[in-house]
Amino acid sequence: MLAWTVYISFLGVLGLMLLPKGNASAARKVAMLSAVAGLLVAVAGFIQFKAGEILTVAKLPWVPSLGIEYHLAADGVSLTLVLLTGLAAVGGILFSWNIEHRAKEFFAFYLALIGGVYGVFLSFDLFLLFVFYEIAIVPKYFIIAIWGSTRKEYGAMKLALYSFVGSAMVLIGLIAAYVVSGAQTMNVLELAKHPFPHSFQVWAFPLVFVGFAILAGMWPFHTWAPTGHVAAPTAASMLLAGVVMKLGAYGCLRVAMTLFPEGLEAWKTWIAVLAVIGIVYGAMVALVQKDFKFVIGYSSVSHMGFVLLGLVTLNTIGLSGAVLQMFSHGIIAGLLFAVVGRMVYERTHTRELSVLEGMNLVKAMPFAAVTFVIAGAASMGLPGFSGFVAELQVLIGAWKAFPTLAVITGVGILIGVAYTLRAIQQAFFGEAKERGAPVPHDDEETKHAEQEIRAPITIPERIGAVLLIGTSLVIGLYPRILLDVIFPSFNSPLFDGLRRVGLQ
Amino acid sequence: MNELPILTIITLLPLVSGIVVAGLGEHRKLARGLALTSSFLSLALVLGLWRSFDGNSGLLQFVEGPHAWIPTLGVQYYLGVDGLGLLMVLLTALVVPMSLLASGRVADRPHVYYGLVLFLQAGLVGTFTALNFFHWFIFWELSLIPAFFLVRLWGGAARAAAATQFFVYTMVGSIAMLLAFLAIFLATSEPGQPGVFDFITLADMARSGTLEQLLPAKLGWIDLTARKLLLVVFGGALLGFAVKVPMMPFHTWLPAAYSEASSPVTMLLTGVMSKMGVYGFVRILLPIFPQHINWMLTPLLWLAVITIVFSACAAFAQRDLKRMLAYSSINHLGYCLLAVFAVAKFTNAPQFATEKAAALNGVFLQMFNHGLTAAALFWFVALIEQRSGGLRGLNDFGGLRKVAPIFCGLMGIALFSSLGLPGLNGFVGEFLIFKGVFPLAPWAAAFSVIGLLVTAIFILTILQRVFNGPLNEKWSKFPDLTLGEIALLIIPIALMFVLGLYPRLVLDVINATAVQMVEQLKF
Amino acid sequence: MNVSYLELLKLAAPETIVVLTALAALVVDLTSTRDLEARFRFIINGMIACAGCVAAIVWMLVMPAHANALEGMFVVDPLTQVVKIALLGLTLFTVLISMDSTFTEHIGEYLALILLAAVGMMFLVSAEDILMIFISLELTSLSLYILAAFNKRDVNSAEAALKYFLFGGMAAAFTLFGLSLLYGLSGATNLGQIAAALEDKGLDPLLIVAMVMIVLGFGFKVAAVPFHLWAPDAYQGAPTPSAAFIASGSKVASFFIFAKVMMIGFTGGETNGVHEIAGSAAWQQFVSGWTPVVAVVAVLSMLLGNLVAIVQSSVKRLIAYSAIAHAGYMLIGVMAHSGEAVASLVYYAVTYGLTTIGAFGVVAVVEARSKDDQLASFAGLSRRAPVVSLCMMIFMLSLAGIPPLAGFFGKFYVFAAALKTGAPNLGLLWLVILAIAMSAVSFYYYLQVLKQIYVADMPAGAEELRVPVLGQVVLGLIAVGVILLGCAPNLLVGVLQASIKAAGL
Repeated sequence: MLAWTVYISFLGVLGLMLLPKGNASAARKVAMLSAVAGLLVAVAGFIQFKAGEILTVAKLPWVPSLGIEYHLAADGVSLTLVLLTGLAAVGGILFSWNIEHRAKEFFAFYLALIGGVYGVFLSFDLFLLFVFYEIAIVPKYFIIAIWGSTRKEYGAMKLALYSFVGSAMVLIGLIAAYVVSGAQTMNVLELAKHPFPHSFQVWAFPLVFVGFAILAGMWPFHTWAPTGHVAAPTAASMLLAGVVMKLGAYGCLRVAMTLFPEGLEAWKTWIAVLAVIGIVYGAMVALVQKDFKFVIGYSSVSHMGFVLLGLVTLNTIGLSGAVLQMFSHGIIAGLLFAVVGRMVYERTHTRELSVLEGMNLVKAMPFAAVTFVIAGAASMGLPGFSGFVAELQVLIGAWKAFPTLAVITGVGILIGVAYTLRAIQQAFFGEAKERGAPVPHDDEETKHAEQEIRAPITIPERIGAVLLIGTSLVIGLYPRILLDVIFPSFNSPLFDGLRRVGLQ
Repeated sequence: MNELPILTIITLLPLVSGIVVAGLGEHRKLARGLALTSSFLSLALVLGLWRSFDGNSGLLQFVEGPHAWIPTLGVQYYLGVDGLGLLMVLLTALVVPMSLLASGRVADRPHVYYGLVLFLQAGLVGTFTALNFFHWFIFWELSLIPAFFLVRLWGGAARAAAATQFFVYTMVGSIAMLLAFLAIFLATSEPGQPGVFDFITLADMARSGTLEQLLPAKLGWIDLTARKLLLVVFGGALLGFAVKVPMMPFHTWLPAAYSEASSPVTMLLTGVMSKMGVYGFVRILLPIFPQHINWMLTPLLWLAVITIVFSACAAFAQRDLKRMLAYSSINHLGYCLLAVFAVAKFTNAPQFATEKAAALNGVFLQMFNHGLTAAALFWFVALIEQRSGGLRGLNDFGGLRKVAPIFCGLMGIALFSSLGLPGLNGFVGEFLIFKGVFPLAPWAAAFSVIGLLVTAIFILTILQRVFNGPLNEKWSKFPDLTLGEIALLIIPIALMFVLGLYPRLVLDVINATAVQMVEQLKF
Repeated sequence: MNVSYLELLKLAAPETIVVLTALAALVVDLTSTRDLEARFRFIINGMIACAGCVAAIVWMLVMPAHANALEGMFVVDPLTQVVKIALLGLTLFTVLISMDSTFTEHIGEYLALILLAAVGMMFLVSAEDILMIFISLELTSLSLYILAAFNKRDVNSAEAALKYFLFGGMAAAFTLFGLSLLYGLSGATNLGQIAAALEDKGLDPLLIVAMVMIVLGFGFKVAAVPFHLWAPDAYQGAPTPSAAFIASGSKVASFFIFAKVMMIGFTGGETNGVHEIAGSAAWQQFVSGWTPVVAVVAVLSMLLGNLVAIVQSSVKRLIAYSAIAHAGYMLIGVMAHSGEAVASLVYYAVTYGLTTIGAFGVVAVVEARSKDDQLASFAGLSRRAPVVSLCMMIFMLSLAGIPPLAGFFGKFYVFAAALKTGAPNLGLLWLVILAIAMSAVSFYYYLQVLKQIYVADMPAGAEELRVPVLGQVVLGLIAVGVILLGCAPNLLVGVLQASIKAAGL
């Protein structure tokens, strides 16, 4: 049944293409319908799922002569991310409800992206996984280049090229693994059993891992992320940070680590160091940004560092922390971008913190302020929100594997607190006006701008915010919902290889 | 055992009413009314709890759980109070309505203000009742958010910097502590079984010495020796609490935060939030790390002494009433630290058990008393500010006694309580502390007495400059307390007398706890 | 030699049908449709051409044959039949996209030439004899030269054709020279016999000269660096449908015969798992032979093609350089010289041909309205002609190798086959890495085209493009084909593998 998440999304694309031109309202309704349907399927699949199993959704020969199969399946990890995708998809549409310019195309690209993402998370055949992975890249480019802002074409192209270079690296590794195994199969379950020669793993692992990690925003390959996030329209930044970066991290886990455990063994310290640099560097750079969205963009880099760090800790608690962090960051970053991009930028038409400081936005848009405060609290890892449970587990795992790095990570968290506070204060609680900043001119234009700023937060925005905040809170307070599914999945044979190199 | 999850109710009540109040929108009266109702309801509930508490037992009472919460992380829903916890919950329930009453004039977004105060109350109650690190940490951190915004939005001119400083400092401590506890979690975890986050179990493990063996065995870091590693872990935990109390030299956030926050908010900060730190020392550090405190005893004791003496001197040097009181807060909690450290001193002599119990009793009392007194003092400052239009300098006034005798009388009582005048509540705690600490750590105790002296001097200075002396003409129309205000203020003042004259009221509840704690201090 | 001519006619029936169709188109245009409007003439004669192609395809589908007539002069087996069907399919689409053209009045001749070129390609595919190979190569080439020059009103077209012709003539000379040397060395014209004769001769210097000459000749046909110089000008100057045919059909046939010649003729004896004459291009294990030569050509093609394509502003030139790059990828398949490699090569070439025809079709549509093929002319196309734009997106993404389109599977298949020949040492990995890295580069310039179409704003005053329904349907069909072959590659791969097994390569 889970396969319908993919089908529904692509059916949505088809449906949108058949719609008459210029009917934005119909387009967004169709998009919403398919996103919600996808979410419902994901939730239903999640509820029916028995923890610990690998649920085969579809398994048909595809290119039998090469042993390629159409093989969709799910374990706890993929299911968690499927759920995330469903939530992020619905959230994104809610926050792009006001798109009028080429709405039909926008939502078509959007749903194609979503479909690709669902597909990646559900693919257990590496060829299929790669197919979906690339399907997800292309729409990103167009969404950003057409509907974005601030150097959108540059950001979009950078993002597309980085993704494509990463996927090229992955492709090399995949083909090599396929050939070396000699097994005429791309089934990850089969390949995971194959003992690849050590020397092969040592070079194939970094190739594939880094290839995926580029999309996960691993330092120093992260530079696409801030520019891409900033250039993207709200829904796209939400998806980029929310699910697309997770594609990379998921690939690292599902492909690189599963296939080449000995390679991981050889490289894990390096990757952990890069991950921690990402955490600290991302946070430090976020601390000095002038553009509100750049702050969030760099914070994503920082938070994805936790995911990578968790992955290479090589213990179940760190791994489950990483998976939970993927989910949590997906929700929280989505929310942050929603506030910045939709609630603030589209009303004030600026993202300069110094300009926002003069607007005292907490008065003009209290809902946005409250949402951002809550999201910021969640983002800085305050307990009670999903981010805390996730980072907690990653830290435990890191303490076990790399104690020194764990301590440095602590510093990263602290800087995280600092930049979040700074952003909250400057964007919403600024008081430059009281200190005698520019005297408002009493002409039509400023009046209009004032009105725009005071435009009420619309219902879809409210629903979206509540949906995401609620999810983060529920998972933060009762993470068992996900952990009970994530933890047992590490017992599956997929992780036998990692157990051989010391997964505990 | 109570069937009703009374502690959960006490925690959730302010949370829920906070949400309701904040969601109301700008209805000043309604918000205030609801907030007050909720806080009084809490007070009533806690008083009920107080009545049904069995003071002869030092064990945890009204225990809820442990219920599995996140089994994979060893997180349980586990609540309970002993004498100390109950006392703190009571203090919270007392100070919150005081603060609400004092903040009658919130004009700007009152619903948010009252909502935040109630959130803060929930956070505090949660901190004082949780027995599992995860659960406890949620509240420990969450109480920061409302506190931050209370300072940030309704404070003085430099409130932004003060609030940020407050938040970031506390976070530094929290993260250090978090890392320390994660190390402990890791050390206590077995293959296939999560580690321990439960304070009670951890204390048991510390007593039996297993924790000490497990930490270095399970956790190799660089090539720290076992002892150094243990000290690093302890240091992390210590930092978390030391910032919160605060212990010098981690105190620098405090004067700014206390003086920039509006006085009713400062009442909450000093009255209850600072107790979170001391509570942490007693509930967490002392049972889990007694050995480590003992190793570091001398430096820790001296830090406590420095805290006591220097903060008193610093208070003396201030010219702003709020800053003076802020430093005086540091000073008062310094005594608590002194006692806590002294109690951890390793000693074989059996007679010291009584001293230690006395010292701990003193600590508990001091926490409660200081909470009450300091809250009352800041309330008075709030009244002064209302009347003077925000002025609160030591030299801005003079001779107020003549125009506002009742005001000066009542505030004088509170000041004397803070000074530790026998017959008032402040005396009992300090007396018990010194009684306990002198035999255990005579030199430290002796030096701390300097702190007492300086405190006496600066408090008398306040009395002198503000109340006595020639009347400052500017304030010849300084209005005295209204009847309503008297009616409200008389309650804490009366409590000061009651506790000063009849401390058994509280001692009956806490003594068993203190004795039990001392008994359990084994090395 | 006892050949049954009736049998031979039966074997060569598809070719015969196509030749007859060409004549029919000529005659019909000359006799009956001369006075009609150009558009109708194109449609009527085009339909005749299409019918011929379809008839030939149907014949091959219905009458599968497996025979070797005249000692390799004319070999019909399942594999050649598949390739011929594919060639006819490409011809069909070329005819279809040219129906909207206005560059010539000599419609009958134009279509006849296309069909004759197709016949040349079909014979080429079937040849396993160097003489036959050369003759059919020339038949194809000559037709294509004329096709390139067909727009008599455009000086560019003439220039393109002249360039193409001069380079082509020279390449043909080289090829002939190489082939004659080969004949001298082995005393045979049949590839199998040549191989047998060379079996234990090792790498004779004369043989090296012959090989280089032949590689050079084929290199010209497939537009590989350094024999590529004609391609950009020819693609840009020639009438678009002609360019499409040069880029697709000609390429498929040339690659197929290239691989066949190399595989059958130049393998030589085996020592240490390396064919003596083929040599090896494995990393740090070079063994001289023709594969290192081809490897050099492949590397140069991939590098130059992709890098130069980045700076093009004319879409046709861009496609030309990308064609050079694609030739580089396909040469990797040639180098692998295994049965699977041929299958992957044919798959790649066919899907590439199909995609390129589609892309040229879109260019033709735009060119017909804006009179040039500059990138800027595509600005905002998605709002002026959504269907055509969507098709272009599919073609460009397929060329870039984005799944699930045919281009991706082609690359995957070729690279996997190439690695397999060197497994488990993965000797050709370096080439694969280079190829994949270069395809990442190629993504950039394909995106440039799509950026113009989808992202850039429409030029002021531009209105909706009226694209004939037929054109839209044809482009749509090609696009569907590209998607279908990508999503279900087994449609072609299965057939190819089965026929390769049957052909015994």
